[in-house]
Parts: sequence; structure tokens; C-alpha cells
Amino acid sequence: MTERVSPFLLSILFIGLAILYIPILVLIAYSFNASSLVSVWGGFSTTWYAQLLHNDQILEAAWLSLKIGIVVSSGAVVLGTLAAISLVRFPLFRGRLLLTGMVNAPLVMPEIITGITQLLLFISMLHLLGWPHRGFTTIAIAHVAFCTAYVTVTVRSRLTSADRSLEEAAMDLGSGPVRAFIDTTLPIIAPALLSSWLLSFTLSLDDLVISSFVSGPGASTLPMVIFSKVKLGVTPDVNALASVIICVVGVCIVSAGYLMRRAERQRLLEAQLAER
Amino acid sequence: MNAAALEVSARSRARRHGLARYGKWLIIAPPMLYLLVFFLIPFAFALKISFAETAVHVPPFTDILTVTPDWHVHLNLNLGNFRYLFTDDVYALSYAYSLRTAFFSTLVCLALGYPMAYAIARSSKSTQNILLLIIILPFWTSFLLRVYALEGIIRETGLLNSALLWLGLIHQPLKIMHTTVAVYLGIIYSYLPFMVLPLFATLEKLDLSLLEAAADLGSPPWRTFLDVTLPLSMPGIIAGSMLVFIPAIGEFVIPALLGGPDNLMIGRVLWDEFFGNRDWPVASAVAIAFLVFLVGPIALYQHYSTKQLESA
Repeated sequence: MTERVSPFLLSILFIGLAILYIPILVLIAYSFNASSLVSVWGGFSTTWYAQLLHNDQILEAAWLSLKIGIVVSSGAVVLGTLAAISLVRFPLFRGRLLLTGMVNAPLVMPEIITGITQLLLFISMLHLLGWPHRGFTTIAIAHVAFCTAYVTVTVRSRLTSADRSLEEAAMDLGSGPVRAFIDTTLPIIAPALLSSWLLSFTLSLDDLVISSFVSGPGASTLPMVIFSKVKLGVTPDVNALASVIICVVGVCIVSAGYLMRRAERQRLLEAQLAER
Repeated sequence: MNAAALEVSARSRARRHGLARYGKWLIIAPPMLYLLVFFLIPFAFALKISFAETAVHVPPFTDILTVTPDWHVHLNLNLGNFRYLFTDDVYALSYAYSLRTAFFSTLVCLALGYPMAYAIARSSKSTQNILLLIIILPFWTSFLLRVYALEGIIRETGLLNSALLWLGLIHQPLKIMHTTVAVYLGIIYSYLPFMVLPLFATLEKLDLSLLEAAADLGSPPWRTFLDVTLPLSMPGIIAGSMLVFIPAIGEFVIPALLGGPDNLMIGRVLWDEFFGNRDWPVASAVAIAFLVFLVGPIALYQHYSTKQLESA
């Protein structure tokens, strides 16, 4: 489906891409600025990176965010995959419309509303049941809810396009339905599971608004610390921190994408060989 | 097929049926219950508290249901919070301001995103994959940090002003930070990928033979675009626009970091009501009223995104 792309379209495409990338590149460049005045170039230096390693507030927040991210993405992948299977494999069940709504709404719901309503739930639950106390638990619970929505969308589109005949063949050969699913369909949707785990992880790592609402005293995630520092004025160590986060995430995503594409090509090749 | 094979296939069909009947609730129930309890039911709590009054205890609001010792249930519905939304101008103004900001940012995103998506959809398959990765990558990296990065470009001593001064196009640095323009730039910059991706998804599926047919019948390119391409890409336009418009109305981070004190978007008003005034019942009422506004756009998004998924 290739046709010549007009120069007009190409130039808009490149302007758009430039808009997306220039601010990030400038930020990374300034993180190596020796001057603490953000607008003056004072020579190349890695001082701000060294300072990060001695900033306990940032290190503690980063550790908390990482722990939350791992718990959240694992939980969300399980729940989201189950929701995707429900929506793709069971065309008719009571509450299908409700489930569809509940996995689509968090994608567009303004975070501030989700945050407030979840805080009110947690307050009332603590009042009535004595659980959960605000902090790690409440942030993780709240993040799983919106990450599940993203996982469902990702896995669902993959599952819709997956060929079911292999699974049916496995069942005709005597596999139980769960076994057949694990042996045939699970490998096909595995790349989607991995990418939705990574997506949940970065979404959880990045969330400011919902965390601010449902967190309690003493539990500050990385975005909360960054936000309060930035509100007070531009700080060069935030530039360094931001560069570290952006580069680590960027490298992870690109290499995961590369590995998945290679595995996918391998799988298709094997399928072709098997057919001969 | 011999008898044994028939029997095996009949048994497996029976088992499949059995799974569909009982096992399916083991799959449906966990995500359903989780989202019910931690996503949907919280709205009921917000609704309840929006009818309460502020009180100086923990939690800081009164109960709307009280049970007297002789088991009479009292329902104390307080409509004052909603009435308050109409009496204090700040709410109406911030709603209007948020809607306007979100609307115009969505238009700009569409104007910029449509040609981008079109160019990607018409590139070769291998270029397409790389371009898509480039578009998606910023979406994976931190939203907060990207908004912060934009500040480095538009502040008084930032890259934009330095470049314009150097080119001699301006003689005084432009004041963009803490203005409405900064809020617009922030929203467009942050939400552009959300517009491009759904548009790409519909434009990629566009049947090119329809365009050829139109050209063969003598239709000029602009006419073909208006009569064929645009109507066929409508689901993508709507899904993309809603994906930008709805979160942009409730945006908090962008007006808080880039906007000035008079860029009162509803997200900021809610935040201040909650953390500044600690008036939870009024904040709940603002959230509920806001949600009522959003029901239409969310339903629209739901309809078109489902349609897009089914046509895939």
C-alpha cells in the first residue's frame, strides 16, 4: 500500500516529530551544564548526576516508585488479560457492557476525578473496615485500576487477531481448554503481555495526580518529589534525574520492541517451515 | 471419521461447552469485581459525599445517613454544595475556560496530527514501523517530565526566545511561560501522539482502490479527500479527538506548571479545593458536576473506539 507521499505531508510529519523530540533533547543537553543557572551554559559537567546519588529524598522516592511499579504492572497484566479474554472469547454474558465500559472509561477519565473518587472510597473503607491505610497499598490499588484498562486494550487487539484454529485442534486432540489455551494461544499473545507489563510500569512510574490524592503522609513517589521541586523553581538536579529516567525507559522500550519483533519473525518462520 | 474419533470430538465439544458455562465466570469475575470496587463504586462515594456537609473531624464531612437509637433512619441530603457551584463564579468560569482550552487544543492537534498520520499510513511498511515507534516513544516516557522539558523551551531565556532573538525576528524575549499560550502549547505537545495513533489506525485500513476509482471518474484530489477519505476516517477523527479533548479538560499538571494564576482550569480548582481549602464535599460536588459534563463525550468515544476495534 505504498504511494508517493507529498512533500507537504512529509514536512508536517517532520515538524510534528521535531515538536515531540526537541524539548527532551534540550533537557538532556542542559543536564550536563556545569552552571547552576539553567539558562547559561557553563561547560560540560556531570556534577548533577553525582549529586543525585547523594540525595536521599530522591533515592527513597525512586525506590518506592519502583516497588509500586512492579507490583502494579504484574497485577494489572493478570486482571487485564482476564478482562481481554472475557471480552474476546465470550460474546454474550451478563455485564458485558458494564465490563466494556469499565475498561474503556479509565483511558479517558481525567485523572483528577479518578484520584478524588478513589481517595473518598479509601477513606470510607478505612473508617468502616480499618483497611487500607494510605500509602503504598492505596497507591498500588489505585494504579492497578487504570493500568488494567491499558492492558485490556493492548491484549484484546492481539487476542482478536490470534488464530483460534490451533487451540481448537489442541482441544480436539484431547487437551483441556485451559491447557490448550496455554499451549497455543498464550505464546501468540506473549508479546502483548510483555509490552502491556512495560506500559503499566511506565504509567505507574509516571503518575502524579492519582498518587497525590490517595497517598498518605510519608509516602512520596518520584513524580510527587519532582513536582514539588519543580514548583519551587527549576533545579538542575531534576534535569539530571529526568534524563536518567527518559534514557532508561527509552532504551528498555526500544530493546523490548526489537526483541519482540525478532521473536515474532522467528515464530512466523517456524510456522512457515512447519507447513511445508 | 471412525466411531472413536467421533466420540473424542463429541467429548471435547461437551467440555468446551462446560467451560463456556461455568469456567467463564472464573475468568470474568476477577477483573469485573476489581474494577467495580475500585473504579465504579468510588463514584458512588463521591456522589454521597457531595450531599454531605463539612465537619471538623476525620473524615472531614458529615454522614448523610444517620440511624437514631430507635432505628429511625435519617437521610440528610444537603444540596448546598451544588447550589454553591452556581453562586460562586469561579466554577462556571473555570468550566468554560477548561472547555475552551480543551476544544481549541484538540483542533490544533487534529490539524497537525491528521497530515502526520496520513503521511505515516502512506509510507512503506518498514518506514511505518520506525515512524510509529518514534510517535509512541514519547507516550511511554514520563508525561510530567515532558511538560517540565517544554518549560526549558518556552521560558524567557529558553531555546525558542534565544533562537528568535538570534535570528533577529524579535528584539524582546516573548513572555510565554505562565500565560494561556503556554497551556495550549503544553496540551498540544503532550497529547499529539494520542491524536496520531487512532487516526493512523483508520487511515491505514483505507482502501486505496476507492481513491483510484474517484480519480478515474475525474474527481480532483481535494474533492476525493473530502468525499472519500474524510468520511471514511471519521471513526479515527472522533476517537482521537475524544482521547485528547476529555483528559485535556481535566488537565492539572500542565496548567499548574506552565500556566499562570489566571489560567484556572477545573482540574486546578479541584486540586485547590481539596488540598488548599480541604472542603471535600464541595470538591466532590465539583467532581460530580464535571462527570455529568463528560458522560456525552465518553459515550461518543466508547461508541467509536468499539466500532474501530470491530472493523479491525
